[in-house]
Amino acid sequence: MSKLSHVFALLTLMMIIPLSGQSQCKHFAKQVCKKELAPYIHNGNYNAAILTEGETAEMYKTFYSNQNYRVYICESSAMPRIHFQVLDINRNVIYDNKKNGYKMKWDFIPESSQQLIISLKVEDGENDSDGDPISGCVAIMIGIREKGENAP
Amino acid sequence: MNFRFSLLLASFAALFLVVAPGCKDAKKAEEEPSQEAVTVDSIDQQLVKDVKEVKEMFYSMPSPLEVAMILKESGETYNPELMNPLNNTSRYVTTKSRALNLGIYTTDLSYSSLYDQTQTTIDYINAAKEMAEGLGIMHAIDNKTIDRLEANVNNRDVILDIISETILASSSHFKENDREAISTIILIGGWVEGLYIATRLAEDNPTQEQINSNELIARIADQKLALNTIMKLRNKNKSNEHLASVMSDIKELQNIYDKITIETSKVVPVKDTATGVTTLKSETSITMTPEIYKQLKEKIDVIRTKFIS
Repeated sequence: MSKLSHVFALLTLMMIIPLSGQSQCKHFAKQVCKKELAPYIHNGNYNAAILTEGETAEMYKTFYSNQNYRVYICESSAMPRIHFQVLDINRNVIYDNKKNGYKMKWDFIPESSQQLIISLKVEDGENDSDGDPISGCVAIMIGIREKGENAP
Repeated sequence: MNFRFSLLLASFAALFLVVAPGCKDAKKAEEEPSQEAVTVDSIDQQLVKDVKEVKEMFYSMPSPLEVAMILKESGETYNPELMNPLNNTSRYVTTKSRALNLGIYTTDLSYSSLYDQTQTTIDYINAAKEMAEGLGIMHAIDNKTIDRLEANVNNRDVILDIISETILASSSHFKENDREAISTIILIGGWVEGLYIATRLAEDNPTQEQINSNELIARIADQKLALNTIMKLRNKNKSNEHLASVMSDIKELQNIYDKITIETSKVVPVKDTATGVTTLKSETSITMTPEIYKQLKEKIDVIRTKFIS
């Protein structure tokens, strides 16, 4: 009987943890990440998840000809570094933040409309005080701005 | 009796342990934004190992704000008659029609805001609010949103920021509640509205030469690329009946887009050291005949009429 109640409690935990984490991720994207896009405006699409060190995520998106874009990878502060790359549809590397001091922002203008892949990996870091791998919220934010506005 | 009691106790304890700190943290994040890690430290090692093998995949469609910006950047004039009439709101009583028209009205209000049509923007955000309320997302657009919009009628940056926030509120709500299909329907509605406005603004019966040189027509053809993303999102949410119904229309559109060829040369990134902005240099060749464009325009018209009916 005691075992059953433990199983039930564990199942409840497993169901609630992702919901609680997702909700915090939404607040994180809205309260913290969005501001970092300025002077670009967030396109409004929500692409965030709880990731653990060593995990990867990818975003597929069409970017349009002659539009101004900012890609910003936003993560919780205690997380290990994030390595991100922007790839073309044939997975040729167009931008690699590792070669640019792990910068989390990248501004670009595509001359032709094309689908690009934003690929990221949470690098392995030091575990937390309990020895568990660190997890946290990671958001891929896309900023847009009108032509003719001054660059930052 | 004892078993039931211990079961209940265990559940309440679990709920308290997880939800209470979560609520506190969320409130803290709203009051004083900080970059605190969301540490999930209660899961066992096996679970962590399993989760590590999962790769998160996001497929991002153009948002209503992006769609409107593409329309504006093409240099065409503003035409409010192309927008979905405000008095249509009472027609939308189903989840599918409300989701589609939340996207449609959001593209319309984004479009009007980029042309500084503030009163129209306020009218259309009220229409979008009605759709959002019908979908049960009262917080996406509330009275505070409208008040903030009215207080900033002369500040386009703030208006665009408010629109961006409303899109984020609805997309995050549905994604975090495992209803990505509804979020996808909203974006499809907004995307089709953009296509409709674009085809109406562009030359009515363009010649091959006009097709080859007109920027707006090129952007209409480019939407073939966004269709790939829609198809991926459909595959992720196959079981949703509302999305399946919307996709039957989109599939017909795809059949026409399949006749258009887009070829892009290898991308060469060139960074402007003064601004820090990288230009992705490449050339594109679009092959589309006037006949294919005509079919495309007619199909978009039929689908949009169906969506707003």
